[in-house]
Amino acid sequence: MNIEALQIVGLGIIAAVAAIVLKQQKPELGMYISIAAGIVIFMMIIGRLVSTVDILTDIAGRANLDSMHLSVVLKVIGIAYITEFGSQVCKDAGENAIASKIELGGKIIILSLTVPILAALIEMILKILP
Amino acid sequence: MSVDIIFKIAAIGILISVLNHVLNRAGREEISMMVTLAGIVVVLLMVIDMISNLFNNIKSIFQLY
Repeated sequence: MNIEALQIVGLGIIAAVAAIVLKQQKPELGMYISIAAGIVIFMMIIGRLVSTVDILTDIAGRANLDSMHLSVVLKVIGIAYITEFGSQVCKDAGENAIASKIELGGKIIILSLTVPILAALIEMILKILP
Repeated sequence: MSVDIIFKIAAIGILISVLNHVLNRAGREEISMMVTLAGIVVVLLMVIDMISNLFNNIKSIFQLY
């Protein structure tokens, strides 16, 4: 059950060794190895992630939470993960400028997703206030 | 999706760098560049497949439609 942790650590170390060996000869292929290692590790934990998200949705449904709010939270987590992945890959490849642009794009998209909730909150406060 | 793909990419990289050395020693710089390019494209095709898989998974888990 918890053997996955050891698998992930071993996979990471092996991928790091392979990437270092390849980077001396061909830096562009070393980048591919780091991308592939990231994706393989994500695929290893995807089952646990799915079950955790399912449990969270179940709890939110029992608490009569608006499903829109939880889905916004999930969307923010997903966008944060994917932009972080992209920017780390770019940083590894030495392209710090592109990496910071990816992060900026992700931040703006997250902001635009969360602004409606903020507006709803302010509207509610205005309704409570006399 | 397994660990094999990392070893596959590493093997392709080592093979290409050896081929590069041999071709450079033989004085065929233009062919060695083509070999490098071909290897990069092959690995890119493998990795792009995985990336699209990853994006689809993330889209379906985090309800990003």
